[in-house]
Amino acid sequence: MMVSTTKSKGLPKASGAVKKAVGSYGKDKEALIQVLLDLQAVFGWLPPGVLREVSEQLDVPVVQVYRIASYYKAFSLQPRGRHIIKVCMGTACQVRRSPQLLNTISAVLKMKPCETSTDGRFTLETVNCLGCCAMGPVVAIDDVYHSNPSTADLQKVFESAE
Amino acid sequence: MTVELQIDGKEVRAEEGITILEAAREAGIAIPTLCYHTELMPHGTCRICSVEVETRGRMRTVVSCGCSVEQGMVVKTRSPRIDRIRKTLIELLAPTTAVDGELGGQMKKLAREYGADTHRFESRFRDRPTRCILCGQCVRYCDEVVGEHAIGFMGRGVDRRAVFFPEKAKACVTCQACFNLCPTGKIPSETDFVVFDGFSVDDYLAGEL
Repeated sequence: MMVSTTKSKGLPKASGAVKKAVGSYGKDKEALIQVLLDLQAVFGWLPPGVLREVSEQLDVPVVQVYRIASYYKAFSLQPRGRHIIKVCMGTACQVRRSPQLLNTISAVLKMKPCETSTDGRFTLETVNCLGCCAMGPVVAIDDVYHSNPSTADLQKVFESAE
Repeated sequence: MTVELQIDGKEVRAEEGITILEAAREAGIAIPTLCYHTELMPHGTCRICSVEVETRGRMRTVVSCGCSVEQGMVVKTRSPRIDRIRKTLIELLAPTTAVDGELGGQMKKLAREYGADTHRFESRFRDRPTRCILCGQCVRYCDEVVGEHAIGFMGRGVDRRAVFFPEKAKACVTCQACFNLCPTGKIPSETDFVVFDGFSVDDYLAGEL
């Protein structure tokens, strides 16, 4: 699967990255979602310039590219941090106190849910189910799952993240 | 090839492959629509054209704009069930389309005909009505007939909006075909004729729509 972390340095140019992504599917219009997923993995989000470039290179109207990119939760049209924190708000996690976990994370990082920190390090998101309810309350930091982490555990993980 | 069917008790002969809606209109039977347009592919989003269909002894409810005629079909365009469906649909659409609590145009006519309580769901809707029922006539006309792709859908669920793409809107100044299509009158009343910034993609991304 995709790696959701991207280094701020050395981000590829939009046209080059799009050319590579489009080319790997043989310029097939049907591969629009796959192309966007690949580009999301490269940039961490989908900047407007990238979407316009995709529209041009795939010969798909920009309207349609935006419709797809804004429909799926997997895509972000807003800049995201280098590290994505997903706190599960599913029913099982909810009853096992995931709201408190979210509050703790919010307090430790001094940011609200759905926000990206000003230094571009973290984005704090809530999701509806991560599919591992037995581990609840669960938080996924860069796709590594942590079951009911203590504040100290969280601090350690956040400190090690650049 | 033609098929024979019955619509509201009337024997109708129709070309195979056409829709129930088209067959009914040819036979002079009116079915209300909000998202249907003769030049466009059926969309089936408004569901106002729902009818009861009986084939081989089984009754079901279908959207007449997207269902083709079949030999021996028995269609009812009005029944207590259909009237209730249309009434509820109008009641659900009313809060998003009303301007100062008043419905306009076709919606007003339909509300009166089906006895809809247009205030029924008012309390559950956001304060500022979007005035858009997401029928997609503007979007589809721009895509399928005009070919400019200047207006499109963004988002999903309750956040779904039709938005303009200003960079594509050069042709709009002379075209404006969607102005007359809009069943709620949103596009002509909220769009600045020159700059098309009433509800652009940038407004959507800024969370203002």
